[in-house]
Amino acid sequence: MPQNNYEYFLLMPQIIIGIGIVLSVIIEITTKKSEQILPWFSIAMFLATAVYSILDINQNFVLFGGMIEVGGKPAIFNFIFNIGAALVVLSSIDYLKKYGTYFGEYYILIQSSVLGMMVMSGARDILMIFMGLELMSICFYVLAGINRKKFSANEASMKYFLLGAFATGFIVYGIALIYGTTGSTSIQNLSENFSVYSTNIVFVLGLIIFLIGFSFKIAAVPFHMWVPDVYQGSATTVTGLMSTTGKAAAFSVLIVVLTAVFGSNAHSVTRPYFATISALSMVFGSMVAISQNNLKRMLAYSSIAHAGYMAIGLAAGNAYSIAGIIFYLTAYAFMNIGAFAIISIVEDENDSRVDLNSFAGLHSKSPILAAMMALFMFALAGIPPLAGFFGKYYVFVSAIQSNLTWLAIVGVLSSVISVYFYIRVVVVMYFKDSVEDFKITISSFSLAAVVIAALFVLVFGIVPDTLMNVITSVIH
Amino acid sequence: MSSIPMEYYLILSAFMFTVGVAGVLIRRNAIVVFMCIELMLNSANLSLVTFSSYLGNSIGQVFVFFVMTVAAAEAAVGLAIIIAIFRNKKSVNIDEINIFKW
Repeated sequence: MPQNNYEYFLLMPQIIIGIGIVLSVIIEITTKKSEQILPWFSIAMFLATAVYSILDINQNFVLFGGMIEVGGKPAIFNFIFNIGAALVVLSSIDYLKKYGTYFGEYYILIQSSVLGMMVMSGARDILMIFMGLELMSICFYVLAGINRKKFSANEASMKYFLLGAFATGFIVYGIALIYGTTGSTSIQNLSENFSVYSTNIVFVLGLIIFLIGFSFKIAAVPFHMWVPDVYQGSATTVTGLMSTTGKAAAFSVLIVVLTAVFGSNAHSVTRPYFATISALSMVFGSMVAISQNNLKRMLAYSSIAHAGYMAIGLAAGNAYSIAGIIFYLTAYAFMNIGAFAIISIVEDENDSRVDLNSFAGLHSKSPILAAMMALFMFALAGIPPLAGFFGKYYVFVSAIQSNLTWLAIVGVLSSVISVYFYIRVVVVMYFKDSVEDFKITISSFSLAAVVIAALFVLVFGIVPDTLMNVITSVIH
Repeated sequence: MSSIPMEYYLILSAFMFTVGVAGVLIRRNAIVVFMCIELMLNSANLSLVTFSSYLGNSIGQVFVFFVMTVAAAEAAVGLAIIIAIFRNKKSVNIDEINIFKW
């Protein structure tokens, strides 16, 4: 247990972001050109936090009377959130001018949502989980509707808000029942006495309601109905943020809470639940994505399917599967942010040019964008040697280790289905003639974000062991 | 205090929660849906306070303060979103807000 003053040093990642938000608000108020300063300020802040988290990864402590954990797993999640947000900010710089929301608040909201995610991933108390979740979600509701003049953004924002708040209602009620039966909101207490509590029907009910609330947040079937509309209607870069880091944050909480369950071998409570939603999400997401013409909507359904693949790891519930989920989340963050960044480059002012037709013949318009898009599509489909393949591989192996072979088979089958709609994009880009005639103005910042994301996808695909070793070293 | 059994409060809270969920699923006016969500949060608050009182520890009551604060923040954002919708569409009926379909 570290000294009292030292606790603040260990919490530095969260403190950097917290101070950064305050400074950003001051910059926003006092300068006229905040929209030109804030993106670079945010990126610097995110990179500093990511580096600090990774350097401190072995300083694994629980601070402030069992409230928040630093180092270890939260450090890896902080890395995902911060690098992901930095890439999103980089790709937003020119996109926002096009989208008509060229102002500084956008970046402050992204910073606040990242702080919420970092609180969530480190939380060791249900109160912290709740605070982090709401900080993240409320920022996302606003970000989804950041352009209030666009009706599509309004609609996305309202659907996200109503269903997100609905899920919050479930989560709070679940917490109330868990608190009522355990007399504490500490996860430490939950994990130590889980086998005692799990015989109490009210406790199990509370846990299930809590998990249902989080199933909304990870976008798993049958709690997915908001996902396609919200992902399609929001600004493309915001969708990139919500679908990757937001999902990672929700999974980080599920991992923390379920680690309590795994520790006492009480799989009977959660395994059937997660096996069901994961099988449903994989099959439903992959099947419906086939019929989509709009790329953002297609990626939304693919996001549902990916939530299903990750939930396999939760159903399997061993140390290897947790490592697999974290690897998958890292890989998915870079693949998806890259793909959405490309869509944001091709998109025009009126939300159009996001259809498959607009991508027809992209190779002749911009070879580099087509090549990068192809790379991300292959990665999302899970074709080796890209990062997406190893994410799927690790969770499928963990399912087989836990005698859930049927779930692994469902997963493999739905990946096979999903290859169809991912490869269709590649085919359209390379082998079809251009349908719509337009010129793409490639912003160098967005392109840089795309290339960096592609490099991560390649590196984690070619040498997955480097990342996997780091992850397994922090899982006890 | 303990003249009324704990179960009464919990049953009332469960009832309120059910009314909230049913309202979210049935009602079509965005503001009413939002009020039903607030009802769900408040039913959870009632449970938390009840448990806190009967267990004799204060964590639940502290939690309620956080939930209320968050609910207020959510109300600010939510009403702003609903106003933005109303400005564009002159309606807050959920069935009319449906430009996205598969």
